[in-house]
Amino acid sequence: MFATGGYGRVYRITSNAVVGTGDGFAIPYRRGIPLEDMEFVQFHPTGLWRLGILVSEAARGEGGVLRNKDGERFMERYAPTIKDLAPRDVISRAMYTEIREGRGIQGPDGTYYLLLDLTHLGAEVINKKLPEITGFARIYLGVDPLREPIPVQPTTHYAMGGIPTNVDAEVVIDDKGTKIEGFYAAGEVACVSVHGANRLGTNSLLDIIVFGRRGGKKMAEYIKERDFPPLPKDADEWTRKTVEKILNSNGKERVSRIRKELQDVMMDKVSVFRTGESIKEAIEKIKELKERYNEIKIDDKGKKFNTDLIEAIELGNLLDTAEAIAYSALNRTESRGAHYREDYPKRDDQNWLKHTLIYKNGEKEPVIKYKPVVITKIPPMERKY
Amino acid sequence: MKVTFRIFRYNPETDSKPYYKDYEVEADPKDRVVDVLHYIKNEIDGTLTFRRSCLHGICGSDGMRINGKNMLACSILLQDLGYSDKDKTYKKPIVVEPLPGMPIIKDLVTDFTDFWKKYEAVKPYLITKTPPPERERLQRPEDAELLMEASKCILCACCTTSCPSTWSNDNYLGPAALLKAYRFIFDTRDEATDERLDIIDTPDGIWRCHTIFHCVQACPKEINITWHISQLKKKLVEREI
Repeated sequence: MFATGGYGRVYRITSNAVVGTGDGFAIPYRRGIPLEDMEFVQFHPTGLWRLGILVSEAARGEGGVLRNKDGERFMERYAPTIKDLAPRDVISRAMYTEIREGRGIQGPDGTYYLLLDLTHLGAEVINKKLPEITGFARIYLGVDPLREPIPVQPTTHYAMGGIPTNVDAEVVIDDKGTKIEGFYAAGEVACVSVHGANRLGTNSLLDIIVFGRRGGKKMAEYIKERDFPPLPKDADEWTRKTVEKILNSNGKERVSRIRKELQDVMMDKVSVFRTGESIKEAIEKIKELKERYNEIKIDDKGKKFNTDLIEAIELGNLLDTAEAIAYSALNRTESRGAHYREDYPKRDDQNWLKHTLIYKNGEKEPVIKYKPVVITKIPPMERKY
Repeated sequence: MKVTFRIFRYNPETDSKPYYKDYEVEADPKDRVVDVLHYIKNEIDGTLTFRRSCLHGICGSDGMRINGKNMLACSILLQDLGYSDKDKTYKKPIVVEPLPGMPIIKDLVTDFTDFWKKYEAVKPYLITKTPPPERERLQRPEDAELLMEASKCILCACCTTSCPSTWSNDNYLGPAALLKAYRFIFDTRDEATDERLDIIDTPDGIWRCHTIFHCVQACPKEINITWHISQLKKKLVEREI
């Protein structure tokens, strides 16, 4: 079972851990297993500025509000009824719009942020109900939320897409539900698609508690009747070759440089707002970076706890995951949930009420297929706030 | 501002003994120690080896000794170490070393085997004997409150490796494991209290704690570990009486 988490580190600003390098996405993708709905990347509106550390919705749930550089509570303009409690994609877009239109606040490094204002909540609410959040602001930004607002910006938070599975965490590779026998995935790396195009807060627990458990039970049943299959002779060949190639590579490219350029282009071109044009730029850049990835050189050639080597392998995974995200996003010429195409701002159920399945195609352009959306109790409808 | 990072280095494959290496870097007082370590690894020396993951004090993987104190490299800004823009160049380096009292695997990476062994020893999971109810085992909010502080532990080992009793006795369970024992002994849903008390009621168990408070000073989550251990001691004394 792959339970390897998300790929937030494809982007410059993320709430995800440094280990969120998309390994669990890239590995099956390279072996011909499709990835589902990779264009749906959730950005959480309130990451700590520059760091991306998550300030949870609880802060706004308790009455915190977002403000621009004029002190205006700008969400009143974008979502007049529910304001600061609008869905994550709506608020993230509003924040990007505020910054684009010159109402963001510029930090000394030239990047922009907005303000999450908790100062009116009082010490009791803040210290009792939001201790972790306020602790983060104090430790990482040196900001005391009791007295001053917290600088925030949208942060890459969650992968709605991933390895396609059924409700028992069994990996299914096409629109007919064909299973890859013995292969399971659960958690963020999997796409059962309970979240559709846009996960709701706390629902990621379903991936773990519900589908992780169902998958575990299914696996236990499955192995009861079976023995280990024979391993192919060359099972370790790819890994050995990859490790050897990286250790012996004598190019001039640094892993950290390529990684940073990838994170920058994904953040600037394939994030909260996208256009066909911007995604194509990102794809060209990813191609260039993949070329350069063949020319890397690492400093640590040792065999013991070699994190230099691990980071180089992870970069390969980041590049393949970014490819899957970018091509899926280019292909979907509509806006739905977290995927917002400025050149196609409307949802288009006629043509796009379907899941994307992206298949790697060697060094050529990936192949995209689809599978139908299962609609149960609540049909999709336009969101109005 | 310019600061020097004096970092403990040791690669068992190539070095006969550990040494310190200085890296002079341009940094901002608002940078975290881990940001500078990343900068050194990314731009200057890829062989520098350290653990880190979440970068916001939840995963507990980047505990290290910074200017002589155990802390998380991700949760300390240079300005909190007393470095500010007022001085353009600092003569006093920032010294970064692995957690003390643990075997060193490489550079700042230590071997947690013994730490996990002691953690396992206190059975860090709920033990029940009654059959499970229809739904989850419930708790009153005031009972949950008893566990709140202990539950914040991220198992970074900053406390255990700062404890002089741990340094002088390899078999001592140490504050992190005892805090975990508290977390289950005081859990109203747990049904193995006596068994748990037996595990810690030994000379190398709780009685090796001499209330030195180093653990409290070291804890990045501001848990009053010594207080929790004292509650366990009280419970054991009450059981005797």
